[in-house]
Amino acid sequence: MAKAGSEPRLDGGGNPVWLLLELTYQCPLQCAFCSNPRQFADYRQNELSTAEWIDAMSQARALGAMQIGFSGGEPTLRKDLEILVAEADRLGYYTNLITSGIGLTEARLHALKDAGLRHIQLGFQSTDRDVARQLAGVDCWERKLAIARSIKALDFPMVLNVPITRQNIGQVPDIIDFAAELGVEYLELANVQYYNWALLNRDQLMPTREELERAEAAVREARIRLGDRLTLFFVIPDYHEGRPKACMNGWGAIHLTIAPNGDVLPCSQATNFKHLEFPNLRRQRLEAIWHDSPVFKLYRGDAWMPEPCRSCSEKETDFGGCRCQALLLTGSGHEADPACSKSPHHALVRQAVQQAQRARLVDAPLIPRHASQGIGP
Amino acid sequence: MSAHAITPHDRFEIRPPFLFRWEDSQQAHVLLYPEGIVKLNETGGDILQLCDGKNTVGQIIKQLSQRYCAADETTISNGVLNFLEVSHGKGWIRTTA
Repeated sequence: MAKAGSEPRLDGGGNPVWLLLELTYQCPLQCAFCSNPRQFADYRQNELSTAEWIDAMSQARALGAMQIGFSGGEPTLRKDLEILVAEADRLGYYTNLITSGIGLTEARLHALKDAGLRHIQLGFQSTDRDVARQLAGVDCWERKLAIARSIKALDFPMVLNVPITRQNIGQVPDIIDFAAELGVEYLELANVQYYNWALLNRDQLMPTREELERAEAAVREARIRLGDRLTLFFVIPDYHEGRPKACMNGWGAIHLTIAPNGDVLPCSQATNFKHLEFPNLRRQRLEAIWHDSPVFKLYRGDAWMPEPCRSCSEKETDFGGCRCQALLLTGSGHEADPACSKSPHHALVRQAVQQAQRARLVDAPLIPRHASQGIGP
Repeated sequence: MSAHAITPHDRFEIRPPFLFRWEDSQQAHVLLYPEGIVKLNETGGDILQLCDGKNTVGQIIKQLSQRYCAADETTISNGVLNFLEVSHGKGWIRTTA
């Protein structure tokens, strides 16, 4: 869900402007690039109730949040989704649904429209059925095409979100044509970011620089050809770029994520910090969590920064990159993001790129997101 | 994009999926859209508020000249036309018949 650098540079004045609700980690798909925690099954018995979610939305709105994302897992598995959307709309949020589409029906789309839902982001794997099945772990291709058409038939503004991997990068021109034909407003070709399941499958998922360059050329050509009809986002892959992403616009700056169990997180990957005790909505008010909790203050601002970040001229542009990536690759969240070429740990990223190229020769199968694989490293 | 020049007779409205409204916590008008937010400055907010599909550009200029007690309507006119052109280019507004 983290969108490198695509967030507006909007000053929340020290308050959150973006609220992401991960309503459930349950999902009918088993995507090999899923960013949910590997222990997703542990959350199932402990999901917040309808009333608790409504209270969370209300508290965040009072703090200043304006955008709300209903995400997961697959958020449509929550039977109370329509109730939550209606309440969010009533509170004054701009409502976004982030879904695989599996679980949506025309009847539910109508109900969501009536509830005030303003936008749907549909995850899509490929225009090639076999590739789509390989990435999603299940065969849901036709279902997805049908629901994509239903969403447009109901005139919802729509983002088609395609996580880009080695498996589907060759289909980028076809995917662009498909999006244009479907009439979506935005196509987001989001190079997979390597956390949780995607990190587990990194060697098998990562495309080569040449493949990325070809895809980028196709995007440039399509932008000229399609003009206003379709806005194309190509989210830069930080592993190849040498520059870190401005992750979440900085830790605890404008983003607030709430996990299915009520844990309040600066970003949905923050649970990778196993030693941190995350504040929970069931025990504390959101305002106190946002302003005063040790977790939110941990990397807020730039006082935490080591060199080379501390004296870097780009520190207000990229905020030192991603804290979770620093943790996962170097073992410490306090380091500069190794995706940055100035990081003393940048070799880790270069090695990962080379390792993924070697792994191509072996072509090991993808590990699907599945509870049986949910043992942390 | 080739856009023909805006005339005083044109009418504009907010273009979906953009949502224009006052936001108390920002003390400003904002435009909300899928995954994004634009915070408007005071004059930008005043102009877009009048883009209701009914006011002509000429009427918007008149109303704002009165509101700002402008001695010279030309300055207001240039400002409004410029802002509308930018807003149109960004896809925030569209013309109505």
